[in-house]
Amino acid sequence: MDITFTLIAQAITFAILIWFTAKFIWPPMMSAIENRQKTIADGLAAAERGKHDLELAAKRAAELLREAKEKAADILASGDKRASEIIEAAKVQAKVEADRIIAGATAEIEQEAFRAREQLRSHVSAIALAGAAKILGREVDSRAHNDLLDKLVAEM
Amino acid sequence: MSTEHALTPSSYITHHLTYSTHSFGNGGFWSINMDTLGVSLVLGILTFGLLWWIVRGATAGVPGKRQAAVEMLVEFVDDQVKGIFHGDRNTFVAPLALTVFVWVLMLNAMDFLPIDVMAWVYENILGQEHFRPVPTSDINTTFALALSVWILMIFFSIKVKGLGGWIHELFCAPFGSNPLVWPANFLFNLIEYVSKPLSHSLRLFGNMYAGEIIFLLLGMWAATGLAGTIFGAILGVGWSIFHILIVVLQAFIFMMLTVVYLAMAHESH
Repeated sequence: MDITFTLIAQAITFAILIWFTAKFIWPPMMSAIENRQKTIADGLAAAERGKHDLELAAKRAAELLREAKEKAADILASGDKRASEIIEAAKVQAKVEADRIIAGATAEIEQEAFRAREQLRSHVSAIALAGAAKILGREVDSRAHNDLLDKLVAEM
Repeated sequence: MSTEHALTPSSYITHHLTYSTHSFGNGGFWSINMDTLGVSLVLGILTFGLLWWIVRGATAGVPGKRQAAVEMLVEFVDDQVKGIFHGDRNTFVAPLALTVFVWVLMLNAMDFLPIDVMAWVYENILGQEHFRPVPTSDINTTFALALSVWILMIFFSIKVKGLGGWIHELFCAPFGSNPLVWPANFLFNLIEYVSKPLSHSLRLFGNMYAGEIIFLLLGMWAATGLAGTIFGAILGVGWSIFHILIVVLQAFIFMMLTVVYLAMAHESH
C-alpha cells in the first residue's frame, strides 16, 4: 500500500495513452461518424424532396387528366354541333337542289308537251287535210286552202 | 502458491496481496510494482492498439461489426461528455474521457481472472512468486490517474481564466469577493482541491481492492473440504457476476468524475 515510483510510471503511461487516443483514435472515428451522419441527413433530405416532388407530379398529372377530359368533352360537343350543322346545311342544299331539279324537270316536261302538241298539231292538219280531201273526193288545192287550214290549226 | 509458506488464511491473503516489486534505490519510494505497471502497459497497448487498428480502417459508409462496436463506444462517451462539458470537446476532453473509461475498464476487468489459477500461471509461466493482476487495486494507479486529472484540472483552470483569474477565484469564490471571506473561500477551495483527487482515486481503489479481498475470502472456503470448495465456487460465481456491474460502473464513474472536474475547471464563477 506504499506510494512508490509506480505512481509516476503509471501517470506517464496514462499521459501517453491520452495523447495516443486524442491523436490517432478519436479524430478519425469522429470524422467517420460525422461524415456518415451528414450522408444520412442528406439522404433523408433527398428522400423528403423526392416525396414532395412525387406529390407535386401526382397533383400535376391529375390536373392534366382533368384538363384533357374537359378538352375531350369540348371536342365531342363541338363535333356534335358541327355534325348537326353539316346535316342542316346538307338538308338545305338538298332541298335547293331538289327544287332546282324539279323545276328543270317541269320545264322539260312542259317543253316536251309543247313539242308533242306542235307535232300533233302539224299531224292534225295533215290528217284533217287528208280527211277533207277524202270527203270532198277531189284534190284540194292546198295552196288555195292553206290559210284556212292554218287558221284551223291555230284554233286547235 | 509457493509451497514453502505454511498455508494459513493470513499467509494466503498476504501472498495474494504482495506486489512483484523492483527496487532501484534506497528509499521506499524508489521502487516499481512490476505487476501493476506491466499489466497496465500490456492492456494499454493491446486495447488502444486494437482501437487504433479498427479506427484506421474506419469508413464513413456502412460500418462493419468491429467498427460499429467501436463507434457505439465512442458515441457513448461522446454523449456523456456532451451533456457535461460545453466547449470544444473533440480536441482533448472527449478523447481523455474515452482513454480513462477504456483503460480503467480493462484494468478493472483483470479482477475477473480466477486468482488461484492465475497464481499458478504467474509462478510457473511468468516466474513471479508474487503477482497482483488488477492495477486499479494498486493505489499507485488510482492516484496516478486522479493526480493526472487534478493537474489537468488546474492547468485548464489557469488556461481558461488566466493565472490571475484562477487565484482570484481561489479567494473570491464561492462566498463572494469581500476581503473578510477571503480566508473562508481559500480554505473551502483548498479542501475542494484536496478532496477531489482523494475521493476520485480512493473510490476506484476501494471498490477494486474490496472486490479482490472478497474473492480471496471466498477462495478460502476451499480450505474447508469439498463441500466448502463447491460452496465457495458458487459464491465466487455470484460475486463475479455482481462484479461485472462494479467493474463497469466504477470505470464509468471514474470517467464521469474526470469530465465533471474538467468541465468545472472550464467554468468561471
